[in-house]
Amino acid sequence: MLSRIAESLFWIGRYVERADNTARLLDVHLNVLLEDPWVDEPAANASLLAVMHVKAGSRVSREEVLSALGTDPKLSSSITGTMGAARDNARRAREVISTEVWESLNTTYMQLGSRSRTPRPHDFFLWVRERAAVVWGLHSATTSRDDAWHFMEVGRSLERADMIARMLMMRSLEGTTGPNWTTLLRSCSAHEAYLRTVRSLVTEERAAEFLLIDRLFPRSIAYNLDKVETTLALIEPGLARNSLTDQARLALGRARTNLEYQSIEDILEDLPVQMQHVQRACAMASDLIRDRFFLPASSVMWSQEAV
Amino acid sequence: MALDASTPWTGYLPSAAWDEAMDVDGRVREPYAKVYSEIDKMSSEDLTARADSLANTYLAQGVTFDHAGEERPFPLDIVPRVVGGDEWEIISPGVAQRVRTLEAFLADVYGSQRCVTDGVIPRRLITTSQYFHRVVSGIEPANGVRVHVSGIDLVRDQHGIWRVLEDNVRVPSGVSYVLSNRRAMSQMFPDLFGAMGVRPVLEYSHRLRAALTKAAPEGVEDPTIVVLSPGVFNSAYYEHSLLARTMGVELVEGRDLETHGGRVYMRTTAGRRRVDVVYRRVDDEYLDPVVFRPDSALGAPGIVHAARLGNVTICNAVGNGVADDKLIYTYMPALTSYYLGEDPILPNVDTWRLEEREAREEVMDRLAELVVKPVDGAGGKGVLIGPAATKSELQAARKNILADPRGWIAQPVIQLSTVPTLTPDGLEPRHVDLRPFAVNDGDDVWVLPGGLTRVALQRGQLIVNSSQGGGSKDTWVLGGVRHRGPVATPESRVEFGGATPVPQSAHPDDYIHGQQQMQQQQQQESRTEESPC
Repeated sequence: MLSRIAESLFWIGRYVERADNTARLLDVHLNVLLEDPWVDEPAANASLLAVMHVKAGSRVSREEVLSALGTDPKLSSSITGTMGAARDNARRAREVISTEVWESLNTTYMQLGSRSRTPRPHDFFLWVRERAAVVWGLHSATTSRDDAWHFMEVGRSLERADMIARMLMMRSLEGTTGPNWTTLLRSCSAHEAYLRTVRSLVTEERAAEFLLIDRLFPRSIAYNLDKVETTLALIEPGLARNSLTDQARLALGRARTNLEYQSIEDILEDLPVQMQHVQRACAMASDLIRDRFFLPASSVMWSQEAV
Repeated sequence: MALDASTPWTGYLPSAAWDEAMDVDGRVREPYAKVYSEIDKMSSEDLTARADSLANTYLAQGVTFDHAGEERPFPLDIVPRVVGGDEWEIISPGVAQRVRTLEAFLADVYGSQRCVTDGVIPRRLITTSQYFHRVVSGIEPANGVRVHVSGIDLVRDQHGIWRVLEDNVRVPSGVSYVLSNRRAMSQMFPDLFGAMGVRPVLEYSHRLRAALTKAAPEGVEDPTIVVLSPGVFNSAYYEHSLLARTMGVELVEGRDLETHGGRVYMRTTAGRRRVDVVYRRVDDEYLDPVVFRPDSALGAPGIVHAARLGNVTICNAVGNGVADDKLIYTYMPALTSYYLGEDPILPNVDTWRLEEREAREEVMDRLAELVVKPVDGAGGKGVLIGPAATKSELQAARKNILADPRGWIAQPVIQLSTVPTLTPDGLEPRHVDLRPFAVNDGDDVWVLPGGLTRVALQRGQLIVNSSQGGGSKDTWVLGGVRHRGPVATPESRVEFGGATPVPQSAHPDDYIHGQQQMQQQQQQESRTEESPC
């Protein structure tokens, strides 16, 4: 597979997943603002933007948050900007992805403007999650399980681990007590799976455990880190010691085992720091994957002779 | 006339030009009979609604072209253009003959230049052509083919005669619209296709791939073919990706390619991979910074050298532009008889060579009634239509011609034929041309039945290029014989009796033991129990 195409596929995976999770994140946030009577909204908004690494002042209005993370097509942090970027990458990789996937991304992109102007943001978020599901469903039904599949899968799982880590950081937003664990489970579509698995009421430790290290649930951090590791092994099956993919797997494995082997109480004690560790591991792995697969080993430039 | 008697055809009037659907007395021409009656059954709103849904399909599929940096849907008109089977029997061999002449001419130009020594073409004409690249002379293409893909632009004049307007043998574009137009139109008029026997266009990609495979360097059994595109911002990017997709080959950009030791490779996630055939959609000047524009980042440095070594085939060959120069065009009839010993099947449009003094003087006198074109132009750029030009435009053209007579030709204004086209005011005649595409695989020149019909959407407009606000039409060539095979005899019928039943997911016990009723009773009982509360 062409390096350039592989890179586009990786980013389609990341962007679609990011749009989906940003929609979940905003949905939770608006919910918290409604339910928390003692909320300091401008501070909470600013804090949320900080979690998503968007530069902002210390007090931010609700409109600004919705625009920065939701509807402003010019910003790369917003859902519309993210979906636009996914579609842009799909256009570049048009001959590798299936027509169905391309058309679903293209029509999503074209409807973003009108959908995002709804008076009820919740409808928009729901629609975004649905469209992401359509893209994944079509992708899964029409793509051979070769490198085209693997690279998108790597991008998607990496992004999901990263975004769940950000979502858990919302527990410690400034100016509010943050979402309770039931809300967090719901926003990760994990509440019902949790109830079936844990068979008890939602407690802090068990809920955190479920979202951090559950081995079977597809929206736990450990599940996704593990998924990236195994998919990378499929892309490059050789046992090249100390190659860049190995280093990427190492970084991810370290982050995963750190969550798995530490006591849950310790993790909850400084959750934001722990979640930053996960994000750093994801970013590092992403860079290593780029260096290994997307960048040319050497670049031949033709420069004009100057006399 | 009662209101409900009006159809989309009400008020349709052919103008001075040859109208392909209707003669001057308002009689429908034979090839259009079925299309006419199908549209006749609709109301104008119906027709407009279909046209809208056609446009929406194109937006969803991303069938677009880049115009001034903006992605626009490619306009497709709802009324197809129909070409009778008998007309196609002239066009198809005519185009093939043209391609064979161009091949022979190019082989000669980059070889021994026999046509010059025999006095058919002045040497000056070749050497002054901007697209004559001496650097490729002596490169012998693997299977002798230089014009793998060509688009020969045809027009139909006032008398209904098909004429060649220009040859395109560099990187002719537009075939993707032929393919996607057909897909969209067959969904819009499913019944007509069966009834009319329209010849299919889908095999184009297959044919092209076969021709590219045959063009592979000697000794390569299973060549790696790539489509080389300038990138996603090129106006024809949609076409490049469609061709790569339907041929099942990689779409590469210049930065994906590298050359080492006279061989061309592409960069993949698993390291370098050798490339054997490059179907390039990058112009000569940008293809190789080593021999052409040194500032180009769109090509692969060293690819021409690799081609000279016979390690890679570039399709279409470098330097083809010398053949579609509009001055060479004027010699095409002579070249046809010179190389093939045949009379040209399709005539040219009469053309004045402005280099010749007498011709120039005549043209200068009649400039206001002629069309003047630059010899190396494409896309309708720089074309001056005398009757529509202002005084100052004419004055400027006069100056340009006198400054560079080699750079211009003049032709009489051809009233391009018209075809009914849906406009905001209903169906009206609009001028069209036709670009049939030919694929040369070295043994045979295959002409795609149909081709791109471009239509000028403004009334009276004679320039049809999409860059000048033109649209397109699906072109239906009739006379396709549908091979359904012999009617199956009862004995040969496949028996489906043994097929297994389609399984259902319902829990079988539910039905077997009357569980449903029990479950319902349970509900009723519980309801009666609850009610006293």
